Amino acid sequence: MIANLGYFSLLVALASSAYATVMAVLSVRRRQPAWLASAHNAALLTWPLITLASLCLIYLLVTEQYEIEYVAHVSSRAMPTYLKVTALWGGQAGSLLFWGWLMASFAGLAMLRKWDRDRVLMPYVIAVTMITLGFFLGLVVFVENPFARIWQLPSGENVIAMLQPAGTVQYIPPDGQGLNPLLRHPGMIIHPPMLYLGFVSFAIPYAFAMAALITRRADDAWIRTTRRWTLVGWLFLSLGLILGGRWAYDVLGWGGYWGWDPVENAAFMPWLTSTAFLHSVMIQEKRGMLKKWNMVLIILTYALVIFGTFLTRSGVLSSVHAFAQSAIGPAFFTFIGLTFIASLTLLFREWDHLRSESQLDSLLSRESAFLLNNLLFMGIAASVFWGTVFPMISELATGQKISVGPPFYNRVAGPQFAALVLLMGVAPLVAWRKASARQLGRMMLVPFAAAVVLVVALAATGMRSWGALLGFGISAFVALTTLIEFGRGTRARMKTSQENAFTALFTLMARNRRRYGGYIIHLGVVLMTIGVVGTNFFQQETQGRLRLGEQLTLGRYVMTYDGLDEFVTDDDRQVARATVSVYRDARLITQLHPRRDFYFASSQPMTIPGVRSSIEDDLYVLLVDWEPIASNGATFKLYVNPLVNWIWVGGLVFILGTLVAAWPDAEERRRVVVAAGVRVGS
Amino acid sequence: MLKKILFCLILLALAAPLARTADAQDATPVCVGAGCVHDDDVNRVAKKLFCPVCENVPLDVCPTQACIQWRATIREKLEAGWSEQQILDYFAQQYGERVLAQPSTRGINILVWVIPPVAVLGGAVAVWYFLRQMTRARPAPPGAPEGGPEPAEAGPSPAAADKYAAQLEQELERRR
Repeated sequence: MIANLGYFSLLVALASSAYATVMAVLSVRRRQPAWLASAHNAALLTWPLITLASLCLIYLLVTEQYEIEYVAHVSSRAMPTYLKVTALWGGQAGSLLFWGWLMASFAGLAMLRKWDRDRVLMPYVIAVTMITLGFFLGLVVFVENPFARIWQLPSGENVIAMLQPAGTVQYIPPDGQGLNPLLRHPGMIIHPPMLYLGFVSFAIPYAFAMAALITRRADDAWIRTTRRWTLVGWLFLSLGLILGGRWAYDVLGWGGYWGWDPVENAAFMPWLTSTAFLHSVMIQEKRGMLKKWNMVLIILTYALVIFGTFLTRSGVLSSVHAFAQSAIGPAFFTFIGLTFIASLTLLFREWDHLRSESQLDSLLSRESAFLLNNLLFMGIAASVFWGTVFPMISELATGQKISVGPPFYNRVAGPQFAALVLLMGVAPLVAWRKASARQLGRMMLVPFAAAVVLVVALAATGMRSWGALLGFGISAFVALTTLIEFGRGTRARMKTSQENAFTALFTLMARNRRRYGGYIIHLGVVLMTIGVVGTNFFQQETQGRLRLGEQLTLGRYVMTYDGLDEFVTDDDRQVARATVSVYRDARLITQLHPRRDFYFASSQPMTIPGVRSSIEDDLYVLLVDWEPIASNGATFKLYVNPLVNWIWVGGLVFILGTLVAAWPDAEERRRVVVAAGVRVGS
Repeated sequence: MLKKILFCLILLALAAPLARTADAQDATPVCVGAGCVHDDDVNRVAKKLFCPVCENVPLDVCPTQACIQWRATIREKLEAGWSEQQILDYFAQQYGERVLAQPSTRGINILVWVIPPVAVLGGAVAVWYFLRQMTRARPAPPGAPEGGPEPAEAGPSPAAADKYAAQLEQELERRR
């Protein structure tokens, strides 16, 4: 009953998104404003309908209705209620539904905004968002139905269908298979929704961009309108990536936080292109340049968002041949292809109207620094894209699958990241239009000298890796140039307005949220860079088999094996939990409990590390293996991850900076209006 | 000038991955004979291989039964005096290239290494031409650029359009 209600509301939502699309376009063609109002209402209606469908599915999950195939697949009686709710996005069909729900939410928010100045864009914003939503609803309704039930043929075979096929009886499994053990973590509540929010929110700026192209009003209005959307979407995407790294570190048990897995890359690529976009729109806002390029970037970001969902949802990663087994792969492929071609066609139609309003005055200017920034972001995105899709290309070409693992990405993207971080220190000092090399040199002198001193000092204490020296040197340089920018601003303000240092800094930032928010983000990136350099160049590891009471040494740490318990939990896991004591410099600092969980239902093992964190480094202990009589021996793997916590602290600073930059700012809004007025008037 | 140096540095950095011989690998066996191969030696080789049954999990950290057996095989080979490269080749031959964490440079696989640097260099050239064209094509008409005050030659104004920042810069300039 509830399942039927959910499915029915999805059908109605699909119909109303199709209706909204058609009516929105026709309202312009036939000049019928009332039709537009109707399309607007139909678009708004999708939200309550999909909300209802999602609530139905959550109800089915929580009340353990295992006759529903999806419910049986992703949940089980032993799971706590919060995980049953999060199972909404724990499997294929549910996560597509959740995607659709978020899309409807964002589309709804966009519908409810004030449409006074740009009403002409509305029909096409409705059309583009509703086509995207309709695509996902179509998948959920026709291909991956989360409400489908399990039916049994007389032969004992199971059939998955919404309505009872002839000659079958309903089959209700006694218990579900349960959520993939990797997903049974509190991080499941927040990480996937953040990533999905980030993904989906980019559909809105894309919709405005397309509307601007279609209505031939591709000036800067769409960028101004969607600026905060883009920033908020970017915030969620960044948050999703950082949380994902933390989750991997806590749960996956391989001592790292980023493995260049295709699924990670799928989320990282749109982040790269959208970061390039956030920077390059500044040139368009300030100088009226790069209009075509910004269109390309928003189109690419949208395409990569859909492509990312395709990568993770179609099964194409395990094999290109698995891709055709479900209708979902070809459907995605077609949708990406069609929207991409349509977007580019629209762009080329407007090509000549998107002419630059000004020219470059000098090669040494903020404009060219931004171009360099875009080059590097696109270079990294292209490298990551190539590494991610190459196994499929190779499989198609030779029939043999290959793996492209972390060594490839570190080699290819690593140097580009280093260049990007360096540029992050220089570019904010470079003036718009035309910068003076002498002046720039003078501003960089102190940070550069300090960085050199640091590098020499590090080398003197025995650091020999040139990559690490370069990494720390660049980090120090960028941190200093950025902090000096804060210092200069504060000093000037103190002088002009007689404020004390704290008030001056605060007002300075409050008056220039975007700029100083950006600088805080840059500082966050520097902190994360330090962490990445530390873990990449100085991670130590060792493994050894210990009898009870024996010890293993790694760096300054000594670990002794104290004991091991094995027990079965209520939620059907067999747990082997070791107890180890950790000594540093011969002093007992803590006891850790690395463990290995074995999930019976999915016969999947999970390695949960025992971690001792400090700002200096983490000791990360894994239980690898143990003897039937545990006192005879157990094998442990130890990692020392230097500076890894700088990544998480940097992540917090990064998010804080994004919040500062995205916070509504009355003064800025006034300035934008004035600037727009000036532009129109001139 | 400064930009040129920066540009060269970046190009150099981009070319770095092409020099694939960079990290020299120790070809000599760890030791020969049972019991003398340490877990760390096994893991050093296992790191360069991927789990055969799960997606994208390095062999040295994979907890599945298949991977435990593979690590045992690596240990045997090391004890028999095989070098790291021989072991990697053995696994690639037995199970296909997908077990190698880093694709080889043989056949079509060379493309995975060549395309990214070529793409980035291509992009760099495109940006360079764009910059030249934008600066040369239409020389600035004297005194009449659109909007915004002409920044002073010496003024390091990070955002000349930003009135507040400009005022701030002047303030600092006066004190120098």
